[in-house]
Amino acid sequence: MGSDPTGILLSVEDLHVRYGAVEVLKGVNLQVRQGECVALIGANGAGKSTTLMAISGLVPPVKGRIRFSGEAIDRLPAEAVVRRGVTQVPEGRRIFPRMTVMENLLLGAGQRPDRRRIAQELSEVFDLFPILRDRQRQLAGTLSGGEQQMLALARGLMARPRLLLLDEPSLGLAPKLVAQLFEVIRRIHAEGMTILLVEQNAYQALRVAETAFVLETGRVVLHGPAAALRENPAVKQAYLGG
Amino acid sequence: MSPGEFFLQQFINGLAIGSIYALIALGYTMVYGIIQLINFAHGEIFMAGAYLGLAAILLIGSIGPIGAAAGAAPALSLVLTILTAAAGCALLGLAVERVAYRPLRQAPKLSVLITAIGVSFFLQNAVMLSFGAQDRYVPPLLPVLHARIGSVTVTLMQGIVLAVSLMLMMGLQGIVYGTALGRAMRATAQDPLAARLMGIPVNRIIAVTFAMGSALAGVGGVLFGLTYSTINFHDGYLTGLKAFTAAVLGGIGNIPGAMLGGLLLGFLEGFAAAYLSTQWKNVVAFTVLVLVLILRPRGLLGERVAERA
Ligand SMILES: Nc1ncnc2c1ncn2[C@@H]1O[C@H](COP(=O)(O)OP(=O)(O)OP(=O)(O)O)[C@@H](O)[C@H]1O
Ligand SMILES: [Mg+2]
Repeated sequence: MGSDPTGILLSVEDLHVRYGAVEVLKGVNLQVRQGECVALIGANGAGKSTTLMAISGLVPPVKGRIRFSGEAIDRLPAEAVVRRGVTQVPEGRRIFPRMTVMENLLLGAGQRPDRRRIAQELSEVFDLFPILRDRQRQLAGTLSGGEQQMLALARGLMARPRLLLLDEPSLGLAPKLVAQLFEVIRRIHAEGMTILLVEQNAYQALRVAETAFVLETGRVVLHGPAAALRENPAVKQAYLGG
Repeated sequence: MSPGEFFLQQFINGLAIGSIYALIALGYTMVYGIIQLINFAHGEIFMAGAYLGLAAILLIGSIGPIGAAAGAAPALSLVLTILTAAAGCALLGLAVERVAYRPLRQAPKLSVLITAIGVSFFLQNAVMLSFGAQDRYVPPLLPVLHARIGSVTVTLMQGIVLAVSLMLMMGLQGIVYGTALGRAMRATAQDPLAARLMGIPVNRIIAVTFAMGSALAGVGGVLFGLTYSTINFHDGYLTGLKAFTAAVLGGIGNIPGAMLGGLLLGFLEGFAAAYLSTQWKNVVAFTVLVLVLILRPRGLLGERVAERA
């Protein structure tokens, strides 16, 4: 594999995806550099989740390329994408409700368990989310919404990904929890994690991310440094409440 | 025989036949749990297991030195027979999943149902053409022995059925709740999309589930053949239906439920046959099923829908 000399870890090039007859992505282009946090924002139905699903190998592109670390991954099955180091924390958390917190975390650690590594990951994840340490044996479905989101994030980190895809992690959380969650994301990123962050909460997303892309009906209509987009009148109008 | 002993005798008889139902019911419930498919061909896998067992018994008997060794050590030939049927049915289950069900994963339920019926006919006819349409005698592998407690008898075969079923069910429980494979199976059952996002090779896990359920049915087939001494290519139908009933009774998709449902059905049948008449046993068994489902639509141990959300 090796790292790309340009520092680009993920590049999505002219990505087209259709569901049946409906073309949902109409040529999406975006890049994520090594160590960067990139925000992908856009209205409901713009195609943000679909973009992440295509990257994760769960919906096949009809056209376009997805490269990770310089290699095409758009024809790989989902498990191969995970193995290469791309982990997604999906929209709506999707933890396994009838399994314990610990079982959820172990599932995140992947298919070839290496005990020493798992123990190390667990202790790091528990430092990040102390509540999960206390709830290890509890069924995940009985956690509060906020705790479930923490678990989803922790489960994703267990894979020790090289790229973390986060789909609307703040969805449905109370304002105080949203702030806490973004604090955690900031911390993970500060420790070196490369992140592609999909968010409705553009205000928060544009504050953690260095770069941002704006998706509208299946196309990237705007991109640039997050700080610049925060000041962009069109973005302010559409996504930051005026 | 006192009424108490009579009851105990029926209890033991029910336990033995119920364990066989339970072994078959596990396959229905595991497959349903993981892909919400009712594999109506599963009864035929059980029946094929009975015939694979017969073939193994005949083969072991016909190969001189092995036959002699096996004759001297009946336990060995029992183990060989069970392993043959389990392995053969596992392969059969894998083939059925790959050829008949996997291509229809996204298809309407009705197409899948029709396919399952097609697979059933195919397996019945394949067995009929290879072994004939008439009943086949299954020679006993074990000496016909029994133990007596008062006037209650437990045959050696009943003991074997109980021991083998118990071991397999405990083993299955151990795999499903105590290994990484089992964890992946449960994850796939709860949320296949999330499972794929965790890097679980979902198709392989589904195939393994079919193989495991089919192997259990295969062992059930051997035990059935040895218990009743005759088998017929039609046997998969009624026994399969009863095992399916057991799975529903216990709560389809729930592994301990299938075990419980199988045993309950065995008891019901046994008691109905003993206290009413053998003609009534199926009526009683199915009436109880209907009553349970009216009172508890998800079965005895079935999960509430809310937990799936
Ligand atoms: N499985 C599917 N089958 C058919 N259409 C789909 C499917 N999934 C998504 N779509 C459609 O594709 C479009 C893009 O959906 P997507 O989920 O990618 O949007 P999104 O930007 O993530 O929206 P949101 O902010 O609401 O999560 C929508 O119009 C949606 O209705
Ligand atoms: Mg979305």
